Amino acid sequence: MGLYNIFAVAGSGMSAQSVRLNTVASNLANADAAAGSPEDVYRARQVVFQAVMDGAIGGAEGGGVPVEVVGIRESQAPPRKAYEPNSPLADAEGYVYYANVNPVEQMANMISASRSYQSDVAVMNTARQLMERTLQLGRQ
Amino acid sequence: MAISFDQSIAVHVRALAVTERRAELLASNLANADTPGYKARDIDFRAALEAAGGQQGLALERSDPGHLPAASGGHGSMSVEYRVPTQPSLDGNTVDTHLEQARFAENALRYEAALTFIGGRIRGLRQAIKGQ
Repeated sequence: MGLYNIFAVAGSGMSAQSVRLNTVASNLANADAAAGSPEDVYRARQVVFQAVMDGAIGGAEGGGVPVEVVGIRESQAPPRKAYEPNSPLADAEGYVYYANVNPVEQMANMISASRSYQSDVAVMNTARQLMERTLQLGRQ
Repeated sequence: MAISFDQSIAVHVRALAVTERRAELLASNLANADTPGYKARDIDFRAALEAAGGQQGLALERSDPGHLPAASGGHGSMSVEYRVPTQPSLDGNTVDTHLEQARFAENALRYEAALTFIGGRIRGLRQAIKGQ
């Protein structure tokens, strides 16, 4: 039955959005982390989504297409430098490196992820209601 | 004269199958709303319904036993098409979440309507059998 596939598709969407929310939480928690060199500092992470086309549920034509997280990528933007010669983490020139996390961007990301999560939950609820109604077909 | 389910509810059963397929597609669109490069897809509901044997609401009348019944369209008659994007996007994703949500709600309503009609027919036939 076609409606069963919707659970797998919406479930994959919910799982992917929760991974995205996890990375947002990590980014915000480490927004002020400092390090002594550009290699050690925390870099903002971003998830990479991909649609699973070849394994489409329910057949090739018109089947459900779930989404999966293929990887978590670290941002390559340069970290923020601050001149603090008295800090114990300062390097030879007196610079301390901070994580390149933009809080505004992370909040927007969080809002978008929670909206997508909510719409997946609504899809799942509707599919469940329709299937329950189908099971009651013909009863008095 | 046998009671034929096929003639009375064929179009609603067909509508049920099409709305099921469409619900899968729309759910995939919503789940992939943030996937880069994903193109939103949909089924033309009216075209898929008419691609099945006969037009909407009219069944093929057979006045002679030698007449061949109308071919009930298989799954190949439902053509999946790509939705025209409403606004350009940076990552190639063409899913408009609000549009897809509205279409999904409308599709769920069609499914319930088809279920209601089929249930009504079944109850009517059952009443005719019982004589109440």
